[in-house]
Amino acid sequence: MGLAKRIIPCLDVDAGRVVKGVNFVNIRDAGDPVEVAKRYNDQGADEITMLDITATHEGRDTMVDTVSAIAGQVFIPLTVGGGIRTLDDIRTMLNAGADKVSINSAAIKNPDFVREASQRFGAQCIVVAIDAKKVGDHWEIFTHGGRNATGINAVEWAKKMDDYGAGEILLTSMDRDGVKTGFDIELTRAVADAVRVPVIASGGVGNLQHLADGVLEGHADAVLAASIFHFGEYSIREAKTVMQENGIEMRV
Amino acid sequence: MSATLLTVIDYGMGNLHSVAKALEHVAPDNVHIEVTDNPERIREADRILLPGVGAIRDCMAEIRRQGVDRLVDEAIRDGKPLLGVCVGMQALLAHSLENNGIDCMNYFDGEVRRFRDGAVDAHGLPMKVPHMGWNNVELKVDHPLLAGINSGDRFYFVHSYYADAHPEYTAATCDYDATFAAMIYRDNIFATQCHPEKSFPAGLTLLNNFVRWNGQP
Repeated sequence: MGLAKRIIPCLDVDAGRVVKGVNFVNIRDAGDPVEVAKRYNDQGADEITMLDITATHEGRDTMVDTVSAIAGQVFIPLTVGGGIRTLDDIRTMLNAGADKVSINSAAIKNPDFVREASQRFGAQCIVVAIDAKKVGDHWEIFTHGGRNATGINAVEWAKKMDDYGAGEILLTSMDRDGVKTGFDIELTRAVADAVRVPVIASGGVGNLQHLADGVLEGHADAVLAASIFHFGEYSIREAKTVMQENGIEMRV
Repeated sequence: MSATLLTVIDYGMGNLHSVAKALEHVAPDNVHIEVTDNPERIREADRILLPGVGAIRDCMAEIRRQGVDRLVDEAIRDGKPLLGVCVGMQALLAHSLENNGIDCMNYFDGEVRRFRDGAVDAHGLPMKVPHMGWNNVELKVDHPLLAGINSGDRFYFVHSYYADAHPEYTAATCDYDATFAAMIYRDNIFATQCHPEKSFPAGLTLLNNFVRWNGQP
């Protein structure tokens, strides 16, 4: 009994199609985000995050339709990230049925955007995404998939975003992203212990024990993973079983 | 069956599309769901959903400025079923300590207060504020809106302030550092701190019960 830690599958969506491939048994079309979101919902995912990696303007309009279609069929929290730059972008996604938006580079460009967004729409729907990489004895924020350094200290930035009204922090280790050796536990713990709001750990999950380690050692409130669920290596239910075996409260 | 109208009152505070979509999903064909700020449509409604997110000061200011308090009062006096959600529930209490103290609509004699910062759980892990995620509710009463829901079912919460669980009106409690009111009820009013529209499957059951409720406890 008590508040459950959350498992959040993440879908990368390009022009209305899930990319990186999602392999489910008995699914007609693994590229359809609505079908994939429903499947995760049925498997017991606690939330769903969709990252819009569309480059074109037309593709973005498609994303709004995708969010709307998912929101009509999936009744768990839905976060949409990627390309959220203005209050209008946020309003558009919330009106389509998203529950939260994730803000990344727009916050770095203008931190006050987070404050304005939080005041306008409520902190509960503002997630600040942080992509961090180890530099010497600390972590710094990187943009453009880890290529561009900003020189900003990741832990200090997380605290600032907490002060500015972020409702949640989505923390990705760029060192671990795609490496499958587990979360950067030190980074996760440094941020989770420094901020008042919940932290979602991301980047590096290769097996289910990694998820439990993110909570127990990294102090994360939620864990996000993409590939281990997409490729059918593990189901959400199997992940929850391993979390429970580690004594972690889960919604099952 | 004759057509009936359910209005979700849009007083400018936050995202009402999730709740409208969930209501559309569960409502019978003769129930029309409308998100509106139009006082006439709210007066014509057969049942009302009062949402709310963000700071209570802003919510109460808009509720008073737009006359939503009078519309809610009319609906309650007319015996129409009313469901408050999240800050829409907190607004029905007497007072909130948020924003240095804000008087609310006073349908329930109680106070809304903030969770402590710095609390830890049984693992020694930090209990973050806001209380965000899926938590169990313990049912305290039999109520038509709770038909098909079991004590211990999980609902999705996201809030930093909570209402004390006064026994005379608490329908369900939840524990997060403190034991607080997850759901409250009185006559034709029901209100939830959690978000039924995001709490598949139990929350959808609650909304399904609401769209069919006659307002009798």
